[in-house]
Amino acid sequence: MSTPLIEMDNIEKYFGPVIALGGVSFNVMEGECHCLLGDNGAGKSTFIKTMSGVHKPTKGVMRVSGQDIAFDSPRDAMEAGIATVYQDLAMIPLMSVTRNFWMGREPRKSFGPFKWIDFKHANKVTMDEMSSMGINLREPEQAVGTLSGGERQTVAIARAVYFGAKVLILDEPTSALGVRQTSNVLATIDRVRKSGIGVIFITHNVRHAMAVGDRFTVLNRGRTHGTAKRGEITPEELQDLMAGGQELAELEGSLGGTV
Amino acid sequence: MSDERIKQVSAIRRAMIRPELGAVCGTILVFVFFFMIAGDSGMFSPEGIQNWGVVSAQFAIIAVGACLLMIAGEFDLSVGSMIGFAGVVIAILSVQWGLPVWLSIIAAFIVCMALGALNGFLVIKTGLPSFIVTLAFLYILRGMTIWLSILTTRQTIIGGVKDAAEGDPLAWLFGGVIFKGVFQWLGDVGVIETFSRGSRIGQPVVEGLPMLVVWALGLVVFGHWLLTKTRFGNWIFASGGDAQAARYVGVPVNRVKILMFMFTAFCATVFATCQVMEFGSAAADRGLLKEFEAIICVVIGGALLTGGYGSVIGAALGALIFGVVQQGLFFAGAESSLFRVFLGGILIFAVIMNTYIRRMITGER
Repeated sequence: MSTPLIEMDNIEKYFGPVIALGGVSFNVMEGECHCLLGDNGAGKSTFIKTMSGVHKPTKGVMRVSGQDIAFDSPRDAMEAGIATVYQDLAMIPLMSVTRNFWMGREPRKSFGPFKWIDFKHANKVTMDEMSSMGINLREPEQAVGTLSGGERQTVAIARAVYFGAKVLILDEPTSALGVRQTSNVLATIDRVRKSGIGVIFITHNVRHAMAVGDRFTVLNRGRTHGTAKRGEITPEELQDLMAGGQELAELEGSLGGTV
Repeated sequence: MSDERIKQVSAIRRAMIRPELGAVCGTILVFVFFFMIAGDSGMFSPEGIQNWGVVSAQFAIIAVGACLLMIAGEFDLSVGSMIGFAGVVIAILSVQWGLPVWLSIIAAFIVCMALGALNGFLVIKTGLPSFIVTLAFLYILRGMTIWLSILTTRQTIIGGVKDAAEGDPLAWLFGGVIFKGVFQWLGDVGVIETFSRGSRIGQPVVEGLPMLVVWALGLVVFGHWLLTKTRFGNWIFASGGDAQAARYVGVPVNRVKILMFMFTAFCATVFATCQVMEFGSAAADRGLLKEFEAIICVVIGGALLTGGYGSVIGAALGALIFGVVQQGLFFAGAESSLFRVFLGGILIFAVIMNTYIRRMITGER
């Protein structure tokens, strides 16, 4: 078995007296989509932020490609090839697609002491990357605000992939989207995974997870409830694990089994 | 795969979503209006042009700083007080302490930019709105200015800078004029009127291009280039558009904001130095209300008060509108208090337009 791209070993995180994470182990391999499921308050956000360098773990070891590592800032995580796409903070709506795509890593030309952004190159790459993700822009200068929610997620994913992400953490990319946009984003995840990138897909929607996931880990009240491979677990079982069992089963009964 | 629900972008719509559009229309309207009502009053003679040109340039200098800062998502209400403060610092150091004027000017720049950095640092560290932090500095700096002035000279106006600045290498950069030869030639060929009496007989009534105007043009070109063409400009937009999203992709938001506070202070000091060199004196009440006038120029220029969107060219046109109207009403012989009525009116109109345009850009309904 090859080494995982990123491995979180028994991670604990306390905020004062609150135990946000009580020993979470998780890993993702090359070219796989590992879904992290959990209800609100399960500790998903804390866990993502620990992986992406926003928080430091109180206890536990993180390894990237088998090497122990500690991140001091999100920048460190990015340099190690771990890119995070946040649900609503992925893009700045008033800025153009190109400006968003290159933000923080603008390509430059220079003449003597003067340096400026090479917009010709930037626009071309943006257009190419977008069309390879199946989005045809009218023009690269159009504001991100004119794109749909799914397209914005896709731009953010394309950006991360273009800048050499090895691991892509997606924070609830589908939770605010319509049916069609969701399937577009899921198709993008599939495409990214096939290019050899490890995807960590955070969601609380079991059906979205089942659609693209290779492995599933359920997080509940700061602890993992085990990891299952595709085909080893049914959607109902996942749902039960997430909600912690009985209550939801009763609720589901009264609602006719549609939750 | 094109979306059949998106109409082809028309040229008009493309022009509509440029931030400068409102200011361009406003400028044309203002010029047409004053051509009609004050065309024969000397407003468009070389002397008249110099009159409103200098006033517009003054507004433009502080508007460039306020514009970049507003796009970066912050305000600076201490600009006006900073102008008074910088002027008094120069006057005290050069006249009272007898330091060379060039050294006094450099000292004023250093002190004011440090104060700008302090403004920015407090905003970043406390997380308070810049409105409150810089409002505090509006009072602190004005009070300090008056106190320092009275402490050293027992009055609030410090004169004598003109004599001290005689032959100074740096003072000329703020108070001088350039292209004297060109203007003399224009006078000789009759484009510009010449003095027909007195000691300056034969010289053109407009001596040259004031350095104040050169500063304004230079700052506008620099600001526009910085904002639209450079990496740092992209970071200014990003910091004001969504600071958290910008941080997540590695934009040094805090540094950008603090530098913009310093740049605003730099612009205020340029303004103050030009004014001190022009009048030959500093007064503790200089720059009153300038912070609001700068913000109005920027908003007329199409910037959003919430940050992340705007244009330096727009702000410069806002300054031009401001200067032309203020001086134009004087040329037209209108009641000058009406200027404020006009200003309030155009401000409301500009903000409504900007909000509408923002909806168009982001596709909000």
